[in-house]
Amino acid sequence: MNLEGVLAQLAEMLVALVAAPLLMGWVNMCRAWLQNRRAPPLWQPFYLLHKLFHKDSVVAHDASPIFRLAPYVVFGCMLLACAIIPTISTNLPLAPVADAIALVGLFSLARLFISLAAMDIGTAFGSLGARREMLIGFLAEPALLMVLFTASLISNSTSLATIVSHLSGRGFSILPSLAFAGVAFTMVSLAENARVPVDNPATHLELTMIHEALILEYSGRHLALMEWAAALKLFAYSCAGLALFFPWGVAAASDYIALLFALPVLTVKLATGGFLLALIETLSAKMRIFRAPEFLATAFLLGVLALLVHLLLGA
Amino acid sequence: MQIFSSTLLSLDWVLLVAAVWFALGIAGLLFLRNFRVVAHILFPISSLLSIVLAGIGIIAIVQTPQSAVLALGLPSLPFHFRLDALSAFFVMLLGVASAGISIFAAGYFRRAEGAPPGLLCLEYHIFLASMLLVLTADDAYAFMVMWETMALSSFFLVTTNHRIAEIRRAGYLYILIAHIGAIAILLCFGVLQANTGDYTFANMRAQTLSPFWASAAFLLALLGFGAKAGILPLHIWLPEAHPAAPSPVSALMSGVMLKTAIYGLLRVSLDLLGSPLWWWGVLALSLGFLTALFGAVFAAVQSDMKRLLAYSSIENIGLLVIAFGLALIFTAYKMPALAALALIAMLYHCLNHAVFKSLLFLGTGAVLHATGERSLGKLGGLMRFMPWVAWVMLLGVVASAGLPPLNGFVSEWLLLQSLLFTSTIPNPYLSMLIPIFAAGVVLVAALAGYVMVKFFGIIFLGRPREEKLVQAHDAGKFERLGLLWLASGCVLLGVFPVAVIEAIDPIAVQLLGQGLSQSGRIGNWLLLAPLSSERAAYSPLIFLLVTTLVVVLTMLIVHRTYHGRVRHANPWDCGFPLQTSRMQDTAEGFGQPIRQIFEPFFRMTRQLPAPFDSAPRYQVTVEDPLWQWVYVRIARATENASRVIGMLQRGRISIYLLYSFVTLIALLFFTQL
Repeated sequence: MNLEGVLAQLAEMLVALVAAPLLMGWVNMCRAWLQNRRAPPLWQPFYLLHKLFHKDSVVAHDASPIFRLAPYVVFGCMLLACAIIPTISTNLPLAPVADAIALVGLFSLARLFISLAAMDIGTAFGSLGARREMLIGFLAEPALLMVLFTASLISNSTSLATIVSHLSGRGFSILPSLAFAGVAFTMVSLAENARVPVDNPATHLELTMIHEALILEYSGRHLALMEWAAALKLFAYSCAGLALFFPWGVAAASDYIALLFALPVLTVKLATGGFLLALIETLSAKMRIFRAPEFLATAFLLGVLALLVHLLLGA
Repeated sequence: MQIFSSTLLSLDWVLLVAAVWFALGIAGLLFLRNFRVVAHILFPISSLLSIVLAGIGIIAIVQTPQSAVLALGLPSLPFHFRLDALSAFFVMLLGVASAGISIFAAGYFRRAEGAPPGLLCLEYHIFLASMLLVLTADDAYAFMVMWETMALSSFFLVTTNHRIAEIRRAGYLYILIAHIGAIAILLCFGVLQANTGDYTFANMRAQTLSPFWASAAFLLALLGFGAKAGILPLHIWLPEAHPAAPSPVSALMSGVMLKTAIYGLLRVSLDLLGSPLWWWGVLALSLGFLTALFGAVFAAVQSDMKRLLAYSSIENIGLLVIAFGLALIFTAYKMPALAALALIAMLYHCLNHAVFKSLLFLGTGAVLHATGERSLGKLGGLMRFMPWVAWVMLLGVVASAGLPPLNGFVSEWLLLQSLLFTSTIPNPYLSMLIPIFAAGVVLVAALAGYVMVKFFGIIFLGRPREEKLVQAHDAGKFERLGLLWLASGCVLLGVFPVAVIEAIDPIAVQLLGQGLSQSGRIGNWLLLAPLSSERAAYSPLIFLLVTTLVVVLTMLIVHRTYHGRVRHANPWDCGFPLQTSRMQDTAEGFGQPIRQIFEPFFRMTRQLPAPFDSAPRYQVTVEDPLWQWVYVRIARATENASRVIGMLQRGRISIYLLYSFVTLIALLFFTQL
């Protein structure tokens, strides 16, 4: 562990904290444009966070300490996830702490807490949301791991930093296994981030929502942290996808010139990714909840297919 | 270590502990109805002995094997005992788990429940002592005697509340399957001794069997020990017996007794048989996967909390058998480093499961005592009334769901690592097939998370579903001590994986000839890196510290820059005013998506109300399809066979005379030929 690494690590966490709400704002902006609406400003999510942090938190009488602890735990997990995914540099002191499997474990830990918090108040919507979230989770998690395993087998390592440096050193060519994995990853990301074909982030209609039902009882700073954590999760997934499938531009250790360019490259990649996400959301309709297992099973099978293709073709 | 080697060997200490346990049991018989003596003196002593035992186990793992011959039993057949690294590990596991369970039992058995406390004390300690002796037995004779003592004593413990017909039925099923297993094990030992007539393990180790007989021995062992462990399709006694037993006994059965079967599997296939064939591993891998998936899916639809945990135990046994199969495959292909990784993943998971499943079972015991309810549909909101139990159980739930930074994750991580890097196996079909099992393991692990959220959320969170739950009280001091012991086990085993792996590495050396530490591939004390740090690394301690740091910092920053004000109000629930606790999701509701997705797994009968029913009833029962497919058919076939044979029995003397006459004629004819 060296000073340079520590600085890169801190920079990455800081970038994640700032860029995550901006990415959320950017996606909302693109969606508004695509739907012929006037767009809110890019930093609208910051206004929202600022407002929420100022408000009092309203907590139900029956709430247990888990309810008040969960936003912090979820936020912490998401920030740590952003810290171990190589976004601007692969020289991260925290990278050996948690590999791809631990990353998925980290996401599940956050999911466990958010679901328990939703069940804590004992309202119908909360437990409904918890059940649906866990349903999506247990289907999405294997699919996500299949994608990560494919990348691990290609680079012979489950460490994210090693995977990224291996893949980026490979030159530009499309591996068939990674193509399958990419589709699977996109599907999982849509489901995990409560995006349109699975959930709709823009509605409060009871029968359609998953994520909103989970955080229905939250307000004030707790809600702010939950929203920020959701933004961080979207950021983490986007960065993981970019790191796996478009790894070029992430700086290696003591490559200062690349480090200089890493942030602009990341911005361009994220902006493109965000626009594509908005496009997918605009072009597709939300599914019934019981179609979601089929959707995710497809993602899982694509992930398995990616693994098999890699083992068969060695590519 | 010095004090042991100079005076008494570790094995002597182990035998001494067994003897004292037996004496404690007899003492329980003397104070048959004296709650105070049994609960406040005998059980705490027993718990201290367990701690001593755990210490001996840890020391003995690195010692050279020790053996002893006791002139018990028949005159010409003394009992042989031996303590090697494998035995020592399981002795340590028994000590660690039973220390918590016994001290919990001190608080748990204080009320009159079925049998008098002294009798329970006797059965409990015979159960403990017999498990200990099973683990150290060194000949088939001692092994079988202790194995049967273990089965019988646990049978009596399961049927503590024998006045309930359902519990008697569970006990009967348990003893039946235990004996089918025991017969298979006996036959397995018969094959292993290879007509030498010498039933010591040392002799069996020396024999080399032809592949046919070796496979026969392996299959018999898989059947026999599988019946005890709950491998598909011999799992059916598990979800019946575990809920029937008192909670400390369920904890002991699930946490420790199932592991004796795993011990037996390892002992026979890797130690006594020596060189496994590759298809044994594939068989174990497939059976393990089916067992794990089946257990996880069924756990998700249960509405009885102990039955849910029993199915979760089946799932964990499945994971253990997957790791076992992998270890066999790698050994068969002469890849000891990877085999060591799989074996260590398996042993680690044994230890983890012993700790967290005991914790969860004890927690359900505390809930059961506080509320008198086992059904999830009648619990809820207990976090407010039993905060102690709830927080400790949260640790157990996170560990059981296999989430970082607790212990369940470490062994799952190791298992996934050993599943992932199998592309070096010379058999191309296998090297392609095995990563697919990784997908299955991940699915099972994710389902375990679902199950655990259901388990914890419905019992401890939300609002009480029954009015009487408001009077629920927290666990007593002995119970807390037991829960705390096991919970700290979950944390320590999760945070210091390298220390644990270094401690259990000698077993891999003993069984496979190579451990992980020989090539310096465990990592340093902070960073677990079993193959190499570029390939895979995980550091739970830093993980825990960083997460805690981030959480605390966020809390401080938010409270400093803004404020920490909180207002209390009624729940919002989208503004819906008429909420009752009955509107919360039930256990059945939580299981509904699983019922829908995995419909072919279940045998479901639905009873739907008619549209104009004035008192509508909705009922759905989910049953185990294997019960119908396998067991009912066997029972029917047995009945038919006995009916056919019964036709001979006419009850008239003339017909029996005719039989004798025909037999005589036939024999005469036979001798003439």
